[in-house]
This record gives sequence, C-alpha cells and structure tokens, in this order.
Amino acid sequence: MERRSFLKTGLAAGSFAAMGGHAAPALSQGARARTLRFVPQANLANFDPIWGTQYVVRNASAMVWDTLYGVNDKLEPLPQMVEGETVSSDGLTWTFKLRAGLRFHDGTPVLAKDVVASIARWAPRDPMGQMVRAIQKELVAVDDTTFRWVLGSPYPKLKYALGKTNTPICFIMPERIATKFDSFTQIDEYVGSGPMRFIRNEWVPGASAVFQKFDQYVPREGTPSWLSGGKVMGVDRVEWVVMPDPATAAAALQNGEVDWWENPITDLVPLMRRNRNIRLDIADPLGNIGSFRMNHLHAPFNSKKIRQAVLAAMSQEDYMRALVGNDDALWKALPGFFTPGTPAYTEAGGDILKGPRNMDLAKRLLQEGGYNNEPVICIVAQDQPITKAQGDITADLLKRMGMNVDFIATDWGTTGQRRAMKNPPANGGWSMFHTWHAGADCVNPAAYNAVRGTGQSAWFGWPESKGVEDGVAEWFAAPNAAAEKVAMDKINTAAIDDVVYAPTGFFLGYTAWRSNVTGIQKGPLPFFWGVNKA
Amino acid sequence: MFAYIVRRVLATIPVMAIVALFVFSLLYIAPGDPAAVIAGDQATPDDVERIRASLGLDRPYLVRFGAWVWDIARGDLGVSIFTNLPVSTMIQQRIEPTLSLMVVTLILAISIAIPMGVLAAQRQGTWIDRAVMGFAVLGFSVPVFVVGYMLAYIFALELDWLPVQGYTPFSRGFWPWLENLILPAVALGSVYIALIARITRATMLEVLQQDYIRTARAKGVNQSGILFLHALKNAAVPVITIIGIGLAGLIGGAVVTESVFAIPGLGRLTVDAILRRDYPVIQGVVLLFSFVYVLVNLAIDLAYTLFDPRIRY
Repeated sequence: MERRSFLKTGLAAGSFAAMGGHAAPALSQGARARTLRFVPQANLANFDPIWGTQYVVRNASAMVWDTLYGVNDKLEPLPQMVEGETVSSDGLTWTFKLRAGLRFHDGTPVLAKDVVASIARWAPRDPMGQMVRAIQKELVAVDDTTFRWVLGSPYPKLKYALGKTNTPICFIMPERIATKFDSFTQIDEYVGSGPMRFIRNEWVPGASAVFQKFDQYVPREGTPSWLSGGKVMGVDRVEWVVMPDPATAAAALQNGEVDWWENPITDLVPLMRRNRNIRLDIADPLGNIGSFRMNHLHAPFNSKKIRQAVLAAMSQEDYMRALVGNDDALWKALPGFFTPGTPAYTEAGGDILKGPRNMDLAKRLLQEGGYNNEPVICIVAQDQPITKAQGDITADLLKRMGMNVDFIATDWGTTGQRRAMKNPPANGGWSMFHTWHAGADCVNPAAYNAVRGTGQSAWFGWPESKGVEDGVAEWFAAPNAAAEKVAMDKINTAAIDDVVYAPTGFFLGYTAWRSNVTGIQKGPLPFFWGVNKA
Repeated sequence: MFAYIVRRVLATIPVMAIVALFVFSLLYIAPGDPAAVIAGDQATPDDVERIRASLGLDRPYLVRFGAWVWDIARGDLGVSIFTNLPVSTMIQQRIEPTLSLMVVTLILAISIAIPMGVLAAQRQGTWIDRAVMGFAVLGFSVPVFVVGYMLAYIFALELDWLPVQGYTPFSRGFWPWLENLILPAVALGSVYIALIARITRATMLEVLQQDYIRTARAKGVNQSGILFLHALKNAAVPVITIIGIGLAGLIGGAVVTESVFAIPGLGRLTVDAILRRDYPVIQGVVLLFSFVYVLVNLAIDLAYTLFDPRIRY
C-alpha cells in the first residue's frame, strides 16, 4: 500500500465514522479514464464566442458549437455541418444544404433558419463577415435544410470565412438565441450542436468548466483535422481546471492531477522534460507574431522616417530571447507580417529587418524624421508575460536610440482602454503599446486587423497605407494562388515601408500532456475530438 | 448586551454605505475598460465602443451609482459583466472554499501558536524560547507563496501524500475536503502562527510577573494550572484581539494562497474581477468583505466578556 493510500485510508475511516457513515461519491477507474482534465491558457470568464472574442472562449466554444465549414491543417475549408454547396456560374449565388441528423443540445433539429440567424449575428463582429455583409443582397432559408446567400459581387473566400479558426468563428446556434441577442449583447443560454454539451450548473468562472459528450451528435466520416473531419470524442467528459499559477499547473501535471496543460511556460519545460510520464510538443506550428504598435496619429511616430528608424535599430533576437529563452527551436526572425510556413509567407520588402542592426542608420532616420525629443508614451501591460518582456526590450532600445521614453507600466485592462484614445500623448493618449498576434490570424489579410492601413478606421494606432489596402483588394480579387502571392508581396512591402506595426519575431509555444493521453493535434486551438485517455 | 449587539449591527449600515460610495467612486475613476477586455485584442475601436454602450458603461457617474444603490437596497448585487451570472451566485460558488480555508487555518494556527507562545514564555531564555522566536521570525519573513511551493514540492510531488491543488466540497466527504486544505492552511497559517505565538509569549511573560500568579504558586497550584487556568485566561484579551486582526489579514493572504493552490475561493474571484474590471463583482465582494470585518470586530468585542468579567456592554 502506498503511503498516500495508507494515510487516506486511516483518515477516511475516521472521517467516515465521524460523519455517521455518509461516504463521498467517488469516480471509478473507468470514469476517471473517460474524463479529461485540461488546464486552459486562461480563465473561461464568459461563454459567448461572438460577443467575447478571446481565444479561450473560442477554444471552449469549438466543442459546444459546430461550424458550417472547418479548416484543416492545410487551411483548406472543408464541409462540416453542410452536406455541400452549389455556386452559380457568376459566383454570386451560393446555395448550401445542411447534412442530415444535426441536432442542438436541447434536442431540436438544426434548421436553415438557425444558420441564417447565426450568420447574421456573427457577421457584424468579423472582418470577413463585414465584407460579405457589405456585398450581401439576400440571405434566406429556402427550406428546413437549405439556405441561399446572394451577393452583389463574387466572394471566393466565402467558405474560408465560414470555416476559419480566427475569432469570431461562425458558430451555429438556435435561431431563438441568435435573434434574441445582437452581436454586442451576451447570450444567456449555451445551446450548440457540437460534440460536447456545456454543463452550465458546474461552471465556476475563474475555476472550472465542464463539458459532457453529446450522445446525439452525428460526426462526419473521416479523420479529424482541426475544425474539419469526424469530431469523434474519445472521452465522455472534459473538465477545464483554471490554474492562474504556472508552477501549480506544472506540479499538478507531474502529479497526475490533470491530463493536459495547454500552454506551459518555457521556464518550466526542462523540468517537465525530465518526467517520463509527460509528453511535450509544439502546440501550434502557426505560432505567434510578437508586435508593438506605434501611434500613427501623433508625434513622434506620425513620421514614417521615425517609425523606420525603430525598425532599423530593433533586434528581433533580443525580443525573442526575452520571450522564449535560449531554446532556438522556438523562434525565428520575421522580416514581414505573415506566418512562416504558410502560403502567405513572404519576406518581400523586409530588408530593413534583416542583418546586423544599424544604430547609425536609425539615428540618421530619427534626425531626418525631425525627432524633437518628444516623449514616447510606451504602454506596457505587466500582467501579460509576453507584453512585459517585449516592453522592457523596447524601452531599452528607444533609450539607446536617444529617444525620450515615458514607460507606463500598467495592466492589460488599462492598456485596452488607453490604446483606444486618439488624443495626443500629452493629453492621455499614447505613443506605442505591445501585443502579439496568433499565427493563425496572420495567414492572410482577410481577418488580420493589425496589418490593415485604413487610417482613422483601422485598428488601434490607425495607420494609413494605400499600398497595403491596394494589396488587400488585389488579394480578395485574386483568381489563383499565383495572383494571391503577388498581392501578398505587395502588402508586405507596403506594410514594412509604412511600418503599420513593428514585428518583433515569430515564436512558438509548447503544450504538455500525460503519457496516457493520445490523439492531441497540433493546431491554433486545442482540439478535443480524437483525444483518448488510457 | 442585546441592545449593544443591535446597536453595533445597526452601525454597520453607515459603514457599509461609506464603503459602497468609496468603492464605486474608486472604480469609476480607475483606469481600465471591461469592454476592451471583452472585445478581445483584435476588436476594432467601434466594436469596443458598442460593447461599452451595451453594458451601460457610457452612462454618467450619478446614473450608474444611483442604479447600483437602488439594486443593493433591494438586495440585488447585480450581474457580472463577463459571466452574465448574478454576483450573489458567484459569491455563493466561491464562499465555501474560502471559509473552509480560513477555518482550517484558524484552527491550525490557534492550536499550534498558543501552546508555542505559552511554552516559550514559561521557558524564557532557553533554547525552546529561542526556537519558537526563530520560527516566528521565519514565519514573518518567508512569503506565503514560497512556503506554499515548498510544501507542495515536498508533500505532494516528492512524498505523494497530498494533492498539489484544487478544492473538494465538504459534501463529498471529510477527508477529500481536508486533503486539499492541509497544505494551503499550513502555508497561509505560517504567518499567523508566528504572529499569535509572539503575542501570546509577550503577554504571558507580563502576566507571569503578576502578584496573583505568585500567590497561586504559593498556594501550591501546579505549573499547568498556573499557565492555562490563571495566566492564559488573563493574557487572552490581547491574543483575541490579534486573532481578530489576523482573521482580517487572512482574507488578504487567501488571495495568494488560493492562487498557488488553485483553490476557487473569493480571493481569486476578487483578483480576477479586478484584472478584468468586472465592476459589479468587485463591488459585491468588497461589500461582503467589509461586512465580514465589521462582524469579526463585533465578535471580538463580545469575546472579551468571556475572558474578562470586568468588561461589560
């Protein structure tokens, strides 16, 4: 008998007697094997994937709500809830047919009217959805299983828009819910048609969330690959256990108290490698792109030359080592804006980010840009390890360049508020903030807000870049992959020239799980279908 | 006595009102925006603005404060901006782990610290006294999270006696409940043990010099009788005071302990709410904490009468 079992038996006997014989319900070995305990990247604080677009919400939602299409690991959109589609010869009328047997978790069948309402709720929050909405002439349910989408101009990327992994994903929910709450109001009922049901009464926000296998789910045929293929659940129950402290999560995984930890920090990876019961691998080959955004509206970064000076001086290696340490397998330099290893990847125009760093050039550009010792309000969220590490490097860099840095150490909530302010830095505005972008969001310009150059209506920082916008328009109209590639080169070149933002490098992260767990896919989110536990 | 208790309970109302005004105003002027957190990093400024409007965060201070006070007056703490759950439900979900942690910590601390302090006073100047005082210095100086990590490493990872993290409700059995609380309670209690032990020692040393102790000795009362019946009872008032103050401090300490041991208690709820700017939750929890402080103070005042018959209300 193990020491712990001995201790437990003794104390349990005592407590059993003390409680008058009321024994605690216990999970059998079989039940334990059918339950996967997962430590997510963050707390599941809300559960509306359209209203709240945080990655953690998307990741949980992918179990509960299904999608019409789903991209595979080659980023190809494949049918998921739909049986198939027909497109008119002019590319303007799309007719979709739902596959048979789809049911919501409340037992009602999934109908075309549910799909129409769900798309209508999703589209205003999604960059691709907004584009489709802008050219939409009609979106109607033809009958219970057929819906039609009529557009004013062709939109070849429609299936991708409906099946992408970027937030917000076009999840399908019952019409009564999708019409009751607009995109900017949170739903209060969590009914999907995905392979797992959300057990609301076991949800303790900030601590745990529970998902139970949906017995009436009819998976597609085929091997699962990301959001596509057969979403066959290998476990009956998935328990999300929120652990704010990485050391605790590492200890819990080592001790077998949890089965899978989504994103172990790199500092703890060597420790876990030494444990023969733990497996580690790159979580998502699409990784992340580190970045800081300069405010294009106000001095000093309203000057293109000054923004370029920063690019000339910055060392991506410094940033990446601050983020991932000395594990060279986890990062690479990125002279561009798109995810390495994808068709979008290009280094066109990226020379300023390559080779030895040139402080002399940087200082010359600063002078040419008319830098007049204006303070640089550098906002750095300290509660996010990625932004904190990048912020420290940037502050040092700017000081070495001779800039007047006003380092604002704050938290992410405050950063989120302050970066929305267009006031001059001296009046509560800002000059730069740090963040990062999931590589899956940077595989094309469609849903990639940070690369767009639409001026006052652009993402925070409000860059204006005609070159980027021309390239984006060309990409959407591109008839084939070769034309898309030309457009991507154009976007990258213009984005670097105008410095829409400063890429600090490409980095990967690990995921870790117990050796009795199998079937974990590499991808931009944790996919629970196909995962088994012995 | 009854009239005194009623008076004190009624006195909590203005205290709570001041706390409510203070907390609401502080949150109003504090930087941060829940709408930006909800919208996510990729959201456009327009998205953030629309979410802010849908949450009513664009309304003027007085309108928001008035609505909140009206809800509070009707016993409604509001709904969390993020989870869409009533704040009262969220507190209900989290109160048991925190209460359990505090109770176990308190029992552990009192049962260890008071005998330690008494022993140290009785053996003043010996190695026992120095050992107790050395432990007290350690207890004060080593942060709770360091103690927590060390305990988890030794007793969970190396010895495999106890779990690393989590909480099991009492309804699932005494041992599963206690098993999860032992390490956090020891970690959290370390400071508390040090504090109570020091105060007990100091007070006991003073009491042991009193004439009535000398008289008791002269009458032939044995050593344990002198210590625990005569001396400790008279030394109890300052010790009770420090236990009460420490109890309030436990709530603060629980924030760190709950994070280190992944206990889903009120401490973590508060920190999460602050980081996300979930105003209704912050306001609800702070009101609850202030109410608990007031009650603890009342309980301490009443406890004095048990140990010192000269005190009357």
